[in-house]
Amino acid sequence: MSSIEQQAKGKKEGEIRYLTPLNIETAKVKKYCMFQKSGIKYVDYKDPDFLMRFINEQGKILPRRLTGTSLKYQRKVAVAVKRSRHLALMPYVADLLK
Amino acid sequence: MNHYETVFILNPVLSEEQIKETVKKYEEILVSKGAKMISKENWGLKKLAYAIQHKKSGFYHLFEYTVAGEAINELEVEFRRDERIMRYLTVALDKHAIAWAEKRRNRNKKTA
Repeated sequence: MSSIEQQAKGKKEGEIRYLTPLNIETAKVKKYCMFQKSGIKYVDYKDPDFLMRFINEQGKILPRRLTGTSLKYQRKVAVAVKRSRHLALMPYVADLLK
Repeated sequence: MNHYETVFILNPVLSEEQIKETVKKYEEILVSKGAKMISKENWGLKKLAYAIQHKKSGFYHLFEYTVAGEAINELEVEFRRDERIMRYLTVALDKHAIAWAEKRRNRNKKTA
């Protein structure tokens, strides 16, 4: 809040002014493709626990913009999840999966 | 000759002997088509993520082999005719998949 003197000098009523810059984290954490980072070349449909990272609570495949996966591996993840669903290793529809 | 991998789910009501017999039957079909078996895996009775034919579990088996492509068709016809098989999936493996499968085998060997 602005001091009483500042308000008295005709500054805008109730305008919030800070003497020191606020300590807010503005630097974004960059997302990365975990396949390229850890050098995984093949996405295995036989490992449902691993594929759990790429689906939401309803069992839907998460978009790239949330997981940070590169396009090349997102395609492979999608295929792996679908194969895994066919073999009943993962559900097609679920609720409160996590 | 291509590299393939087949997972199939057997009906959980089968006895242990019937399972062995079924697995052997498909192995023989593959071998008679000139396939070279690379590995066989038995995952045992697993819970299914959703019911198939009103059953909530099944016996999972995995074959890895190399065979000419035409044999796959005949194998899958047999799968479809067989009541004991609830689901199957055959996948052709590329070079990364083959490397992964080998790594997986070695890892399983260590833990087993």
